[in-house]
Amino acid sequence: MKRVYVNEEWCLGCHLCEYNCAFANSHLKDMVYALKDKKIFPRIHVEGDDRITFAVSCRHCADPICVKSCIAGAISKKDGVVKIDRSKCVGCLTCVLVCPYGALAPGENGTMQKCELCLENTCGAPACVTGCPNKAIVYEERGERE
Amino acid sequence: MKRYVIIGNGTAAVGCIEGVRSVDKSGGITVISAENRPVYSRPLISYYLEGKTDLERMKYRGDGFYEENGCCVVYGERAVSVDACGKAVTLEDGETVLYDELCVAAGSRPFVPPFEGLDTVEKKFPFMTLDDALALESALCKESRVLIVGAGLIGLKCAEGIKERAGSITVCDLADRVLSSILDTDCASFVQRHLESNGISFLLGDTAVRFDKNTAYMKSGKTVDFDILVLAVGVRANAELVREAGGVVNRGIVVNEKMQTSLPSVRAAGDCAEGYDSSVGANRVLAILPNAYMQGYTAGVNMAGGDMSFANAIPMNSIGFFGLHMMTAGAYDGEMTEERTEEGIKRFFVKDGLLKGFIIIGGTERAGIYTSLIREKTPLESIDFELTKKAATNLIFSQEVRRQKFGGVV
Repeated sequence: MKRVYVNEEWCLGCHLCEYNCAFANSHLKDMVYALKDKKIFPRIHVEGDDRITFAVSCRHCADPICVKSCIAGAISKKDGVVKIDRSKCVGCLTCVLVCPYGALAPGENGTMQKCELCLENTCGAPACVTGCPNKAIVYEERGERE
Repeated sequence: MKRYVIIGNGTAAVGCIEGVRSVDKSGGITVISAENRPVYSRPLISYYLEGKTDLERMKYRGDGFYEENGCCVVYGERAVSVDACGKAVTLEDGETVLYDELCVAAGSRPFVPPFEGLDTVEKKFPFMTLDDALALESALCKESRVLIVGAGLIGLKCAEGIKERAGSITVCDLADRVLSSILDTDCASFVQRHLESNGISFLLGDTAVRFDKNTAYMKSGKTVDFDILVLAVGVRANAELVREAGGVVNRGIVVNEKMQTSLPSVRAAGDCAEGYDSSVGANRVLAILPNAYMQGYTAGVNMAGGDMSFANAIPMNSIGFFGLHMMTAGAYDGEMTEERTEEGIKRFFVKDGLLKGFIIIGGTERAGIYTSLIREKTPLESIDFELTKKAATNLIFSQEVRRQKFGGVV
């Protein structure tokens, strides 16, 4: 299946992926209205220092430890995509404790959110990738085990 | 076709069912469920009382789960004996269930010390099952004075869950600090202050020695008047079935990395099992939900003829009280280094060049990176650990390791 991959040599550290992610998942039509003067809760985040930057989002692991560890049974994997049912999440953060990539974080209401590849919002393909100005994140099939 | 039998219907049982089905789609699975309800998320009972979830959302799996997985569930029945030679489980009503592969996922039960006069207390509750929570809920009213015996994870989550529904809450524990199984003295006092500022009272290093109706007589000579008593002293593994069948039992049913007990074709998983804890290099009961699922899954795969080991289990907890989150993992063994942040405390325990354990209070972002260093036994000399102490980041790894992690480069 296609996944989001990182080319860290090309990352400018511009954080546009974070804004595009937050906008895509706001379900609003106007980006300014959705994001201006608001604290954003993106499902991808840029890490790094003044030399190296790279974006981190869910790897949709072949053996996802978050799914096995969720105390609410709120995280599941279907068709290769790890998803969270936020209505079941109680915000215990056990998934944060176990994710080796640091790819999960709470949303505005305290329940967890994660990258679901924009497959169920209006984008249909990862908005972080579409909006990346330097192809530092790509959405590709690289033959990894599902 | 193999006949699979699972004693228990909690998280470990679900792991076992899903493990079996990852290998064998057709063998029949019988689940013996003492509780008269489908599997639910047990750690959520305090969130239920707090109003953060409800019975519908507490379902650990969807309504069609058992049917989709070809399981027959026997509700409201306990297994009373296992015949490992005859490969049979006998139920309370005398019925016998034959198996080819058995998994004992019988969980644990509250441990209640023999308090003098406990029988004179009218409203007393353990806090473990959904039925316990529902019974407590029906007894609670706005004026209730609640005494909780036990300042561990169960007792304190209960306190948080009922805070807005009770008049007052006092928690006592023989230990001199809260959460003594997962926090050291400094961290415990930090958390205790936070709990006290949210209206919970404590009597620590002190416990009830005698009850007389609505009064607890403490070891210190103090007395506590209460309307409702919650007993959250601790739990004991339900290991008797295997012990009586001749299997090796220590504090729990002893299992190896493939979840085999000492009895042929009998595996055990979850809170009743004592498996390998890689953070201390010895067997230990790790009564935490992720461990229950992973042990159950491992048992299931192997029962169905697959080959799976679960060798990197460690204790780990993520828990929050009144908005303060804390995470702990591994063993508090070796040299301790501390980072104080605006939000709280981080303590790391390093030995032989490896991260052995941590305690984080507040500032829990991306803590899974730390957990993975313990689980994977990553040599700290191969990463920039100093950098990561203040905030967990993938920057600590070499570019090559990051390419593997985020670039799909094998």
